[in-house]
Amino acid sequence: MGSTNSTLLKIPNVEVLMQETGFSPAHIIRLHDRFKALDKEGRGHLCPQDFGAIKELAMNPIGDRIIGAFFSPGKETVDFDTFVKILAHFRPVDKDRPKELNSPEPINSRSNKLRFAFQLYDQDKDGKISRDELLQVLRAMLGMQVTEEQLESVADRTIQEADLDRDDAISFEEFRKSLEKINIDNLMSIRFLR
Amino acid sequence: MAFLQQFALLLALLIVLSSSCAGVGLNYSSKSSVTTNTTTSTNDSTDGHAASTITTLPIVIWKWHHVETPYLVALWILTCWLCKLVAQLNHSFTSVIPESGLLIMMGFILGGIVWGADKAQTFKLIPVNFFYYLLPQIVLDASYCMPNKLFFSNLGAILVHAVIGTCWNAGTVGVAMWGCYEGDAMGNLNIGLLQFLLYGALLSAVDPVAVIAVFEEVHVNEVLYILVFGESLLNDGVTVVLYNVFDAFVSLGGPKINAEEIIKGIVSFFVVSFGGSFLGVVFAILISMLTRITYKVQIIEAGFIIVLGYLSYLTAEMLSLSAILSITFCGVCCQKYITANMDEKSVLTLRYVLKVMANGSETMIFVFLGVSAIDVDIWVWNTGFILLTILFIVVFRIMGVFFLNWLLNQTRLIPIDLTDQLVMGYGGLRGAVAYGLAASLDEKKIPEKNLMLGTTLIVVYFTVILQGITMKPLVQWLKVKKATHSDLTLNGKMNNRVFEHILTAMEDICGRMGDNWWTRHWKYFEDKYICWLLMKKDAREQQDPIFGAFHKLNLEDAKQYVTEGESKGALAFIRNYDNASIDFKKKLALEYADIMGDMSEYDFDIDNVPVTSVMKNPIPSVSLDIHELDRRSMHDDLSAHHVLDHHLYKSRRDNHAAYSRSNYKTSENPDETQEIFQRTMRSRLDSFKSAKMGVHPSKKLSKRPKKDSTYKPNGKPADPHRTHPFGDEDFEFTADSTSSSEFAGHFPMRNTNAPDAGVDNPAFIPEMDMPPPMLNPPWQTETANNTAVAPSQRAQGRLPWTPTNLRRLAPLRLSARSTDTFAMADASVDDEAPEEKPGTNHTRL
Repeated sequence: MGSTNSTLLKIPNVEVLMQETGFSPAHIIRLHDRFKALDKEGRGHLCPQDFGAIKELAMNPIGDRIIGAFFSPGKETVDFDTFVKILAHFRPVDKDRPKELNSPEPINSRSNKLRFAFQLYDQDKDGKISRDELLQVLRAMLGMQVTEEQLESVADRTIQEADLDRDDAISFEEFRKSLEKINIDNLMSIRFLR
Repeated sequence: MAFLQQFALLLALLIVLSSSCAGVGLNYSSKSSVTTNTTTSTNDSTDGHAASTITTLPIVIWKWHHVETPYLVALWILTCWLCKLVAQLNHSFTSVIPESGLLIMMGFILGGIVWGADKAQTFKLIPVNFFYYLLPQIVLDASYCMPNKLFFSNLGAILVHAVIGTCWNAGTVGVAMWGCYEGDAMGNLNIGLLQFLLYGALLSAVDPVAVIAVFEEVHVNEVLYILVFGESLLNDGVTVVLYNVFDAFVSLGGPKINAEEIIKGIVSFFVVSFGGSFLGVVFAILISMLTRITYKVQIIEAGFIIVLGYLSYLTAEMLSLSAILSITFCGVCCQKYITANMDEKSVLTLRYVLKVMANGSETMIFVFLGVSAIDVDIWVWNTGFILLTILFIVVFRIMGVFFLNWLLNQTRLIPIDLTDQLVMGYGGLRGAVAYGLAASLDEKKIPEKNLMLGTTLIVVYFTVILQGITMKPLVQWLKVKKATHSDLTLNGKMNNRVFEHILTAMEDICGRMGDNWWTRHWKYFEDKYICWLLMKKDAREQQDPIFGAFHKLNLEDAKQYVTEGESKGALAFIRNYDNASIDFKKKLALEYADIMGDMSEYDFDIDNVPVTSVMKNPIPSVSLDIHELDRRSMHDDLSAHHVLDHHLYKSRRDNHAAYSRSNYKTSENPDETQEIFQRTMRSRLDSFKSAKMGVHPSKKLSKRPKKDSTYKPNGKPADPHRTHPFGDEDFEFTADSTSSSEFAGHFPMRNTNAPDAGVDNPAFIPEMDMPPPMLNPPWQTETANNTAVAPSQRAQGRLPWTPTNLRRLAPLRLSARSTDTFAMADASVDDEAPEEKPGTNHTRL
């Protein structure tokens, strides 16, 4: 289709992007449209304010963290490539696709999905979820329902559960271990990105 | 329970066909109930009653006819249940042949006995009894125990299979049979196309019992489980609707059927199905609203659900809507709200009563499916007809399943894989619904009724026994994905929530309304309006699943702590320094015990499983294995009680009235478990407090200033009627200070143990748990030592295991600013202690 191709052509490095993310052309186009819609001023990149304009995201208790995940440290903008790569975390794992040898780990692999979740907690990027970091997330999610003390005890116990080396923090390895039995592929995938 | 009584009486209709041979039947059922195969008929005195004129005052008279019907019913129930017992005796047997198959075979034997005596089958399953008295509770139980979240997230697939799949099965089997009949494959029969379609419709009912039993045994993955379970449940309803539509067509007669009638038929199909479902939802709302206030009559609370559920069935039947769908949706929808509204005990009661009724009638159905076969009258053999029927139902079922799954897989996030599809197709066992429908065919309209009935029976036997036997090997051979058992962890719960938030956020960013969008908006709507309407206020306030998980884990730890300690002899394991420090998790539970107390409102978390039933449940949110779960949790409950009862406070039991007619809350059980738990926990906590500096310089513990120098080990449990979760109202006391000081003198002082604290194990206080001079624990020996722990009388009047009270166990707080409550808790001990004194005199033996 002519229009499809012309849209695709406008995106730089589209081949590489598709290769890396595993998205089909249709997905790329849909995401590109969305990207343009979010980028109201047409700068070619998105700012945190653009995300903030999404009404539903504002209701999300950990919305600001999720927005933050789009921006690599020190950067104030996100371009289309990064945007797509972040969303590619949530592409369902396709079993049919033959595994190529030597190919890099796909973005939507289990550990990458987990890493995305992990960095939402780990705001200071020290590779560990500290008690305070956990507490912040819990506070955001449980909100008014529980008292601060209860929150603290939940946080303590959560750390206790996962903390294998007893340093009162959850490392990524411990994080992964604690979620070993949970089907991340199903929980961290969005259907329409298939 | 009123309903049970009613149920038993109504069941009377089940078996009795003629009164003339009742005596013989009675004799046989009682004989066979001990499962001997004796065929002697030794009833000579059965009809020895003569109620006419009497010449002298009889001392006893034989009144068989007065009790005949209920007596027979009860005997048959007993017989069937004993059959189940026999079937379960040898596990190696049931692991090969599914229980339902075994029951049918036993039915053959029983039927043979009756036949041998009566020369006719006097007992068989009549459709009326089946549909009104046996089926409803099975459906209610299945729907009430349905894993809700799983069900609704797969509702689309389930509906496609249940509605389209059933129609496909009915249509294709009917048409194919008709085609073969026209092709002269089964001789000369008096059946037209419409009758064949009717026949196809009744054969499309898939019976869940046998498949589910196998699935539970091998723990297939939950998607496969819910698809088959949900499908077979809804499919029964759809089948009945379809059957009625075709039945109407048959009565209308071929020539009168035109386009208009067909459209009417289709419309009525949808009206009946959706009308029935809607009625079920209405009843679910009614039930939920009713349970908001039933706490006043807690003892019959559970009965309301059963009666109203049954009424939803009957009402739908009265309005000629789909009764099965009605009761299904009633159970599924009200589940969450009534679990939150009702008392924990009522929830458990309801679950067990439903299980008893459902399992009971399931057993009866299968036995009677066997019994009904032993009857010459119904058998019209037509090899072609029978073989073709079996061939078609298997083939078309598998074709239908594959086609629909292919369709569904186009959009599913996780496709249903091939092995699952095969198992789904093969799992299409036919059961009692098919038989019930076949038996209710009208012989005037369907001249070949007996052929159809007989064939249906053969189909049932073929599928239940043969397919049932081969099901398990097939599942194992195909290596069907098993369910992953994950333990309940806070990390899991919390991250699930995080993942949900992430997914919704991503959907928002992508600008699509995906599944999570719907989920979230439904949740929002539910929280805001539905819960407001259907839930009690206090049940509504706290239901966060993360917190529920936390609470459950704590309870579990605490319970384990006590059990373990007692099994090792007076909590010996904490005497060991190394153990104590390693076992930090357990101590943590202690530290949280106070918070735990504040959480009595969270007993009903989002999973809607009462805490006691999930204590040891390895599958947190969904239990695939319903029966096993119940058995296990029941066992856990029992074992815990057993342990506690056994070791402690034995003698006190005799001291109070064990029975009260209307209020089991106050009299059912003395709070031995509760109190022992409290006592041990408290003493340990006290010792923790005193010794925290010496042994465990855990940062949280050391932060707190040393508060009190004197601790009393046995605080009186909190007033049962105080339920304020956070408030300090709990800590108002009616103590007289004089006796307080006096009492304190009798008490083992904390500092007597102080020297030990730093050295051996501070956490253990010998005088608390087992005073050294006494070999027996104080509560078992009769001593004048009033300082030993003795329960107050008030303690006996409370529910065991009410988590509210656990708060009192652990005055420890984590944060620094909570020391107030900490102090209060200690104060409470001091102040309340005197009150116990009079109590000690009475309650000891």
